[in-house]
Amino acid sequence: MSLLVVACLVMAAPFGWMAATSLMGQLEVFGPGQLLPESPLWSNYPEALTAQPFARFFLNSLIFAAVVVAGQVATATTAGYAFARCDFPGRDNLFLLFLATMMVPAVIVLIPRFLMIEALGWIDTYQGLVSTELVSVWGIFLMRQYFRTLPRELEDAARVDGAGHWRIFRSVALPLAKPAVATLTLFAFIDAWKNFLWPLLVTRSMEMRVVEVGIAAFHSTYQINWPFQMAAGVVATLPIALLFLLTQRYFVRGIQLEGIR
Amino acid sequence: MTREPRAVTLRAVRKCFGDVTAVADVTLEIHAGELMVLVGPSGCGKSTLLRLIAGLEEPDGGEVWIGDHPVADVEPRDRDVAMVFQSYALYPHMTVARNLGFGLSVRGAGRTEIEARVGEVAASLRLGELLGRRPGQLSGGQQQRVALGRAMVRDPGVFLFDEPLSNLDAALRLQTRDEIAALHRRLGTTMIFVTHDQVEALSLGQRVAVMDRGRVQQVGTPHEVYRRPANLFVAGFVGSPPINRLALTRDRRGRLAGGPFTFPGPSTHREATLGVRPEDLTAAPGSSAAPPGPVGAPPEFTAAVLRVESLGSEQRVHLDGPGEAGWVARAGPTLRVAAGMKVSVRVAWERTHLFAPDGRRLGRAPRPGGAPPS
Repeated sequence: MSLLVVACLVMAAPFGWMAATSLMGQLEVFGPGQLLPESPLWSNYPEALTAQPFARFFLNSLIFAAVVVAGQVATATTAGYAFARCDFPGRDNLFLLFLATMMVPAVIVLIPRFLMIEALGWIDTYQGLVSTELVSVWGIFLMRQYFRTLPRELEDAARVDGAGHWRIFRSVALPLAKPAVATLTLFAFIDAWKNFLWPLLVTRSMEMRVVEVGIAAFHSTYQINWPFQMAAGVVATLPIALLFLLTQRYFVRGIQLEGIR
Repeated sequence: MTREPRAVTLRAVRKCFGDVTAVADVTLEIHAGELMVLVGPSGCGKSTLLRLIAGLEEPDGGEVWIGDHPVADVEPRDRDVAMVFQSYALYPHMTVARNLGFGLSVRGAGRTEIEARVGEVAASLRLGELLGRRPGQLSGGQQQRVALGRAMVRDPGVFLFDEPLSNLDAALRLQTRDEIAALHRRLGTTMIFVTHDQVEALSLGQRVAVMDRGRVQQVGTPHEVYRRPANLFVAGFVGSPPINRLALTRDRRGRLAGGPFTFPGPSTHREATLGVRPEDLTAAPGSSAAPPGPVGAPPEFTAAVLRVESLGSEQRVHLDGPGEAGWVARAGPTLRVAAGMKVSVRVAWERTHLFAPDGRRLGRAPRPGGAPPS
């Protein structure tokens, strides 16, 4: 039990430090052994959020995350169902090929992706930002595994009732896969929301920046303004924290399935 | 309202799963409007046969005909069949009404038509009160009725039942069995019912197909299957308690003999098996007195009672003989016997069976001749 408390404290410490730093003065941050602000500077928040167009950044992050979620749910559920229940030649080998792509570190394909988007003339556009994020192999894997757990007799019943694959997917399998879809939605949203490298690479104008990139910009623009950066960081973390509180059980399920990955 | 019932014909149908042959060249004709029961032990291929008829499995050989047409390339939806599954397979996220109407909705029926038909079927199965509930909120019996209703709603030419009673308790099972029989009388539709329970098969089927290891062992009326089993497997599988057996071997004079019995006439078989139903034995207390019977003939053998099962309307008397076989006799409730007592037993030879070494029924056993060995 006490071990759990210690583990919780270790996990919570960076967040606490971030929150504490967000309320300090610029020089106070560098004070020796300074962990808590002497007098909290709440004004750091409005100042940080207006120092750059954060409203736009948040909107961009929201659009990016929402489209990625919609895309990944659409592709993962359909592909997952096909891999789980449709018989077609080479199905299992194709699935293995999909899984094999999970072994390739994302950073390796960053440059090829960039070159593709550039060739399409989509740099600094929404379609450039989202198009390569719409398919998640992990999502396909998650949905395939879930669809395989659904009783085969339900689909047999639907087939005898007159339904084809598409109708079975839409009316029987997908409604029963809500827990997995919720888990996938959550993870896809978080992944997109905290995505830094790809938006940094593929966007250039302030109008197209997302929150994560905006937070990083405090380094260059304001010579490492730690309190501002932490204040923006706290605000950027809030949607995720809120989402976590509302959907804890799906998180747990996701972590269980993540174990398979 | 009910559509014309369809005949179902299977011609040398074969289905393998890897190296395992689930259905081996089955030829079977189910007449239009007939209630046919497929019965056999677990893994005998009866459910696979039903799935082949439904179109949920593709045969590796042979032909399935429904009505006047082969259905090799016909999707399940177009076969004019409805199926009730062992687990009921109700859609858990839909209400009872939507479960019942799903098949019609998939086929593009209008809302008014669906509501009318669902209402009609729900009323006939006493489901009217439950239409707004989900399957998880229903008892096993109610779920079973919904599954039945889902099959009825489409008014199919053939009903397929895959062990639909196996998840019900004994009382409900009996009641639902009667309801299915009544439904068959009312609709007159072809019904194919799969079960591993031979009592269910005999009580429900107009004809019964007994299956084992992927093959149909015998097809006949319940009476034929019980009274004239085609082979030792059918004789052993159908009937509870199972048929009593005694191994016979040919003696030096060419006669079949086993335990206290020696049968007259030279036999062409080196070995055989004698089969006697428990109700074809008459036991009476004492080792010398002749048991009550119409003929008053002397008893064929005496044996000690190992235990007595009293089932109220009858008793099952477990004997330590003849020979080393250990037979069971069915007796009336008034017979006074107890474990350890000696009883004399008479056999109704006209209802016995003699089986060849390959299990095939040769006919009835002749009355044994000569004095029983002491």
